[in-house]
Amino acid sequence: MKPESPGSHAVEAPPPKGQAPADAVVLRAVDHSYGELETLTAIDLQVPAHGVLGLVGPSGCGKSTLLELICGLQEPGAGTISVGNASSAEERLARCAFMPQRDLLLPWYSAIDNAALALRNQGMGRREARAAATGLFERFGLAGFEAARPDELSGGMRQRVAFLRTLIAGKPLLALDEPFAALDAITRAEMQEWLAAALRTDPRTVVLVTHDVEEALYLCDRVAVLSARPGRIVTELTAPHPRAPDRDAAVTDAEFVAAREEAMRALREGSR
Amino acid sequence: MRRWLLPLGLIALLLGAWQVAASTGAIADALSLEDFLVPSPAEIASSLWENRSLLAENAWVTLREILLGILCALVVGAGMAVLMHRWQVLRDATYPLIVASQTIPIVVISPILLVWFGYGIGPKIIVIALVCFFPITVNAIDGLRSVDPAAIKLMRTLDASRWQRFWRVEAPAALPSLFTGIKIAVVVAPIGAVFAEWVGSSSGLGHLIQSDTAYYQVDRQFAAVVVLSAMALVLIGLTALAERRVVTWR
Repeated sequence: MKPESPGSHAVEAPPPKGQAPADAVVLRAVDHSYGELETLTAIDLQVPAHGVLGLVGPSGCGKSTLLELICGLQEPGAGTISVGNASSAEERLARCAFMPQRDLLLPWYSAIDNAALALRNQGMGRREARAAATGLFERFGLAGFEAARPDELSGGMRQRVAFLRTLIAGKPLLALDEPFAALDAITRAEMQEWLAAALRTDPRTVVLVTHDVEEALYLCDRVAVLSARPGRIVTELTAPHPRAPDRDAAVTDAEFVAAREEAMRALREGSR
Repeated sequence: MRRWLLPLGLIALLLGAWQVAASTGAIADALSLEDFLVPSPAEIASSLWENRSLLAENAWVTLREILLGILCALVVGAGMAVLMHRWQVLRDATYPLIVASQTIPIVVISPILLVWFGYGIGPKIIVIALVCFFPITVNAIDGLRSVDPAAIKLMRTLDASRWQRFWRVEAPAALPSLFTGIKIAVVVAPIGAVFAEWVGSSSGLGHLIQSDTAYYQVDRQFAAVVVLSAMALVLIGLTALAERRVVTWR
């Protein structure tokens, strides 16, 4: 790996005039609650440009809420969240593309029209939008399925279309909410390799929510382990081989196994 | 096959029983009536054929009322549903009124409409629209509310304006429900039409049925009912066909 690969998690030197890089994410002392129910407390996080951050934690710890906060779909009760230099919810929304837990492909659109949804929303004509998406369909092994209806696609293909839909929006930050949770184990491993390859060729800033520690350590540069509700950050780990081309080798390597054990320990500690 | 054979078989059985009971005079005797007041299916069929041009003329009048009434209900109902979905305040304010509109007995409102609007097609359309409005509006609102909130969040992060969210997610998601509402409307519309015509009209199947009462033309009354039912069946069939063409993803 190149020394200055996107996988590098070192805190980057601040750019001139003290401005953060355009696509970095910074959370400072973020609290959130639903009425009386405290969901997140004292969250401090930082994602450098083109870095991939994983959020793992027990069910109901607020990790999906945290993702919605970052995306600007919700406002925190206290603290600040900035994406790029923008900290208002509206501006964050404009900078984030969200991939939900379920693929949520719209059944009344073909695969390619689903993928190109963001372009259409941004005002592009149907023909142009399709043309723009066609190239990505080929690159991501979906060629030939442009006109297919979502229910004609396999689970893995649906997730790929959903990811393309997120990617095509052209946003600096991708927010992925348990993107592969609904897939079987083999398809999930394949999709992880596929996503790793996609991010190697087209590096993006990513925040990935998952309950799968192995998935987080394989796909991300850094992994934040959240505690049970109210969610706080128990620990932050550095992944040994983020997005390595050979997944099987990477996840069985001693360093990886040690990191996984450490993450599991932190999870158990946070669940108490 | 089964889908068609079973109901057709049952209808044939019922008609056969009716034919036997009527032609032997069993029903008339049991009710102490003259035989001609209890026509058999065969007699109704021949009345249907003999009066075909009269029935067709009147059926066209009623059909036109029904179609225009449903159209009005569809425009107003779907429009209301969209506005009520968009503004919660409007929904809270008007929902009780919409339910109340459904509890107004048509028998009561029809004569008033007659006084206000006369014997023309106007009051008929209003009555039909009134009975169709409720199923269409309520189903359209339910359809709009059935949209997965996660899909709306997704669309927001994909730069969709409120209008785009409506046309690309909410409206298509509500279509199946809207069609359910239309199907119910299509079936209740003939009832509204007959009521409206009874109160005051110079033509239409409802008018024909009523004027035949005075002359004991029971066979022709049944013939008119057959035409009315057939009309409702054809309309519901056409609606189902349209639904299959429009809602291709189900």
